[in-house]
Formats: sequence, structure tokens, C-alpha cells
Amino acid sequence: MKRPLLILFAVLAAAGLGYAPQLIFGAPIESTMGFVQKIFYFHVPSAFMTFLGAFVSAGGAIWYLVNGSPRGDRLAVAGAELTVLFGICVLVTGPLWARKAWGTYWRWDVRLTTSLLLWMIFLAYLFARRYGGAGAKRLSAGLAVFGAADVPLIYISVSVWRSIHPKTSVVSTLGPGMRGPFWFCVASFLFLFLVLLELRLALERSRARLDELHLAVEDHLDANS
Amino acid sequence: MGVLASTMLLVSKDVRVELRAKELIYATIFFGAVVLLVFAFSFLGGERPPVDAVAGILWVTITLSGTVGVSRAFEREREGDTLRALLLSPAPRTAIYLSKLVSVTLLMVLVETTATLLLSLLFQVTLPHVGMLVGLLGLGTIGFASVSALFGASLGRARSRDVLLPLLTYPVVMPILIAGTRGTVGLWHGDAEGLVAAAYWLRFLLVFDAIFVSLGLWIFEPMMRSDG
Amino acid sequence: MPSATFVDVEVEKVGRVYGRRRALHDVSFRLGAGEAAALLGPNGAGKSTLLSILSTQSEPSSGTVRFGGRPTSPEARAGIGVVAHESLCYGDLTGRENLRFFARLYGVASPNQRADEMLGRLGLDADAADRACRTYSRGMMQRLSVARALIHRPHLVLLDEPFTGLDRDGVAALGRLLVEERERGAILLIVTHDLPAVSEVCQRALVLHRGRLVYNAPLAGRALSDVYQEALPAAG
Repeated sequence: MKRPLLILFAVLAAAGLGYAPQLIFGAPIESTMGFVQKIFYFHVPSAFMTFLGAFVSAGGAIWYLVNGSPRGDRLAVAGAELTVLFGICVLVTGPLWARKAWGTYWRWDVRLTTSLLLWMIFLAYLFARRYGGAGAKRLSAGLAVFGAADVPLIYISVSVWRSIHPKTSVVSTLGPGMRGPFWFCVASFLFLFLVLLELRLALERSRARLDELHLAVEDHLDANS
Repeated sequence: MGVLASTMLLVSKDVRVELRAKELIYATIFFGAVVLLVFAFSFLGGERPPVDAVAGILWVTITLSGTVGVSRAFEREREGDTLRALLLSPAPRTAIYLSKLVSVTLLMVLVETTATLLLSLLFQVTLPHVGMLVGLLGLGTIGFASVSALFGASLGRARSRDVLLPLLTYPVVMPILIAGTRGTVGLWHGDAEGLVAAAYWLRFLLVFDAIFVSLGLWIFEPMMRSDG
Repeated sequence: MPSATFVDVEVEKVGRVYGRRRALHDVSFRLGAGEAAALLGPNGAGKSTLLSILSTQSEPSSGTVRFGGRPTSPEARAGIGVVAHESLCYGDLTGRENLRFFARLYGVASPNQRADEMLGRLGLDADAADRACRTYSRGMMQRLSVARALIHRPHLVLLDEPFTGLDRDGVAALGRLLVEERERGAILLIVTHDLPAVSEVCQRALVLHRGRLVYNAPLAGRALSDVYQEALPAAG
């Protein structure tokens, strides 16, 4: 990503997240759950970003496995870390909301359970990458692909298990005054996601560049010995 | 040699190796029995535990034994570095993957048979609709094997491979656990609704297997290559 | 399956990088049918890495390897035999069962017959042949590994220190066997520190030093120290 674009996104993200509480405060209060419902303005976009991270990671993993592309591998690890990061946000805000709205921290509802499993799969990705030995990159890439493919199966099996047929989308039941702030938050989170992704990719690129420099120095010394 | 012929050759080799040593088979089956007993003691409140719990016990036992079986099976291939010998040969990679899938499934079938019989004995569960139960167990096992065989082969010599294998496998195979236990419960309730549910979960497992075996076949070869 | 009929192995500017370490740098050479070369070099020079790439176990980071003008493929693998540090055999199976299995795996015609033939050629008698090879002595295991590597009449035979664990007779016998293979038209590449052992077999020496090929010339009966002297004047 070019520098100016990165800075633009960073500014948009910061501005958006800074202004969001204002919008959220001003949005109408939801009838059944009251003020607490407003946590959803951060909870749902975090969930969107968790899933986005998972698919970015899986896409990068496939690219790496099929083509041996180091860029694919960088995408895979960056996507996985973002999945875990935004997953933490989801898993913290979700129970907080549930506690206030329904009295219990955890109700095994479909979306939260699916998010939990997805989070665990990509946490396992990070373990595999760190401790997987010589073939760690390929091993974790395989896990990312399997994990992403698993998402619909997890969702279906959990929802049938809980005998809860997927409700109509949370988004379409939003009252008119809520849609604006909601999508505003989604956009802000998306910019944040892209900024973090790029920063993480840049870190990996720097590491690769450092390795290249090491090699170049060694070659230079060899040639002159 | 085609994929099918190679697979059969590799499977017969695996079976011969395991029958020769027997250690893996006996140990894994015994492990399954031990785990089952652990659950029995945990639930021994005097009366029979509810059907849900018993079904859960069966599937957890299978999952744990499966992991032990897979990691031991690949430990065997590490001895003479024979997995490398297979990869150096002209045998198609898909055949190597399929053969491990089949070998692991065969081993797990032995464990499951023992576990199911032991279970019905200890918890006084009758086993109606054996055909559907076999279907659930079989399809669940194939799905489990498709994932764990892939990771087992890729873990190579990683130091923490014993812990990593379940860590990687379990989150991915969670739908199998859900489908297996719910399907088994449906069967053991025996009423019309239960049978419909069991049939649903059978179809679910079939889809799971189709997806993951295909993915495994496709992704095994790229995963076996050396890191760039 | 038709046996591979590549007549040469061509290594062109092959490099291999592991993170920050360059294991091989711009290695190029060619070996033709009936050529046998000793691959020499100090520890860490990259010999095992080169063998690993030639056996198709790993891929080069740069450069190409061609077998008879063609890149790596299952057909190429069918023509390669490897003797490594590990046995590459199943400890629970007997020598005979191992050989029969690998003969079938490589698509050898009349696998059982060929297995018996190799058992005879490597001096693994009837008693040993039907024992689990886990019970073999080091020397016997080495002989079984060689039998396994040669069972499919490979065109390229890669051997990583094949003489370790063999007594004097064993070394001589293996040497004679490798000469036979060479005369059959196979290409041999032998990593070894034991030059006298390969003096009859290898006509050529390749020396690797810190990942580079610094020497590629006929051996002509010289001693290891002489070759190293020529190849690595500074290191000595």
C-alpha cells in the first residue's frame, strides 16, 4: 500500500473512531435492551473484521501453498493475527452485552460460538507458526485454509444444535436512526483493519529485507575472502 | 502406478507394520477403554447418566483415542525416516495422504467398536439402529482422519508435536463432535423426531467429509514441499 | 511404469537459502551416464543440502535441476535411488518385506524376484532376510539400505556417507557393487570423507566449500588431502 493511502486510511480510522461515540450517543435507544444495546456498534463491526481477517489469511495461505509466494505467506500471518485481535474484541464485548441484556455472560448463541471457534482456530495458527518446526509456514497455511472452509460448517452445526434457526440478519432489523451510525462504525473499523494489516505486512517485508541484507553481506565477505 | 493401486499398496504396508508390532493397536484400544472408565467414574452418581452425556462420552473417547492413534502412527514413520522414503518415491502424493487416511480410519474403527460395546455394557445402553450408528461413527471418523492425518504428516519433527496435533485438529473438527453426539442422541431416543435428526446429521457429516477429504487431497502435496 | 531413461543430471546455478543462511550458492555441474563423482567438503559446506535437492526432497531457492533435460517429476523420481543417514526402511518389517514393498512402490517388474536378487547381491542371507530389520547390525542395515536404493535400477544414485558402519570387507564389497552400477550406466554421486574407499568407483571429485562449488575435476587416484589442497588453498 502506498504511503499516502496508508496515512489517509489512518486518519480516516482515527477520525471515525473518534467521532463514533458522538454518533452512537445520538442514535436512538433500542426498545428492548436499552442503553446497553449500543455496545453492538463496536461489537458487530469487530465481528465483521474477525471474519474478514480469517478470509484474508486463508486467501494468503492458498496463494503461498500453491505458488510459494512469500507475499501470500505474509498475508496469511497478518490476517491471522488480525483475526485473533478483533476476535478478542468480539469475545469481550459480546459477553458484556449478553450479561447486561440477558443476565448471563455466555448463552452459546450461534454467532458468538462460531466466533469463538474461529478465534481458536486462528490462535492455533499462531501456535503452529511459532512452534511448528521446520515446516511451520506450510503447516499453519494448511490450518488457515481448513479453518476458513470450516466456518459455514461450524455455523450450521452450532445453529442446528442450539435449535436456533438463524435469525434474520441483525442489520436489517435496525431502526432507521441506527443504520447510519452502524455503517459509519463499520467503515471506521474497516479503515483500522486495513491500516493494521498494512503495518503488519510492512513488518514482515522488513524482516524479509533484513534476511536479504544478511545474505548480501555474507556474499560480499565471501567474495572478498 | 495409479493413485488407487499405490494407496492399496501403502495401506497393506501400514496394516502389516501395525499387525507386526501390535503395540499401537493394543495401546490405543486400551487407551480408549481407560478414558471411558474415567468418564464412568466421573458420572457414577448411582443412576444412569442422561443419554446426552453418554453420547458425548463416546465421541470424546473416540476423539482422544484418534489423536493418540494418529500421532503414534506418524511416529512410526519417523523411525527410519520412512515418510521421506515415500515422498522420494514416484508414488502420487494423494496416494500417500489417502493411505494415511485409510489406515487411521481402520485403527479408529477398532477403537470405536471396543468403546461402543464397553459403553453399552457400563451404561446399560441398548444399541438400536446399529446401521445408522455405524454410519455416524464411520463418517465422523473419516472426517476426523482427513484433518488429523494432514496435520500429523506436516508436523514432522516439531518439538511440541504431541501437543500441537490436538491443538490444531480439535477446533477444526468441532462440527464432527456436534454432529456425532446430536446424531447419536437422536438414535438413542429412538422416536421419529430423533431418527429424523440422526438422518440430518448423517447427511451433514457426509458433506463435511466431502469437503475436507477433497481439500486434504488438494492441499497435501503443497504442504509436503519444503518451506521456501 | 516405464523406468526413467535420463542420461544426465544437470545442475544449473542452484542456490538454497534458509532464512538468513545461504546453504548453496550458484552451484553448476553436469554428470552423464556412467559417471561417478565424490562429493567432498568440510562440514556445513552444503553437501547434504545439495543431495536433498538432487533427490527432489527439497526445492532450490534459485536455479534448476534437470534430469535428462526435464525438470523434477514422478518419472524422474522413479529413476533416483537414495542412501541416507537414516535407513529409510521399516524396522518392523523383514528385509525381504521391505525390499518387496519398495520394489512394488517403484513399479519394478517381478518385484519378489528382484527383491530376492538384491538380497543375494548384498549378502543378506536367508536367515537375516526374514528377521525384522530392527534386529539387524549396523552393517546389515546399511546393506539393506543400499539394496533398497538400487532395487529399481535407478539412473541416479545418491549416497550420503554409505561406508560408515561397514568393516573393511563391507567397504570393499560395496565398492565393487557401486562399480557394477556405474558400469551399468548409472550416475553416482557419493558424499564421503573416505576417499580410498571410493578411489575405484569415482572418476571425479566435486568439492563444496561454504555453499560454493570450488572444484570439479577428475580424481586420478589422488589423496583426499591433495584434492583439498588444490581446492581450498587458503583453508588448507
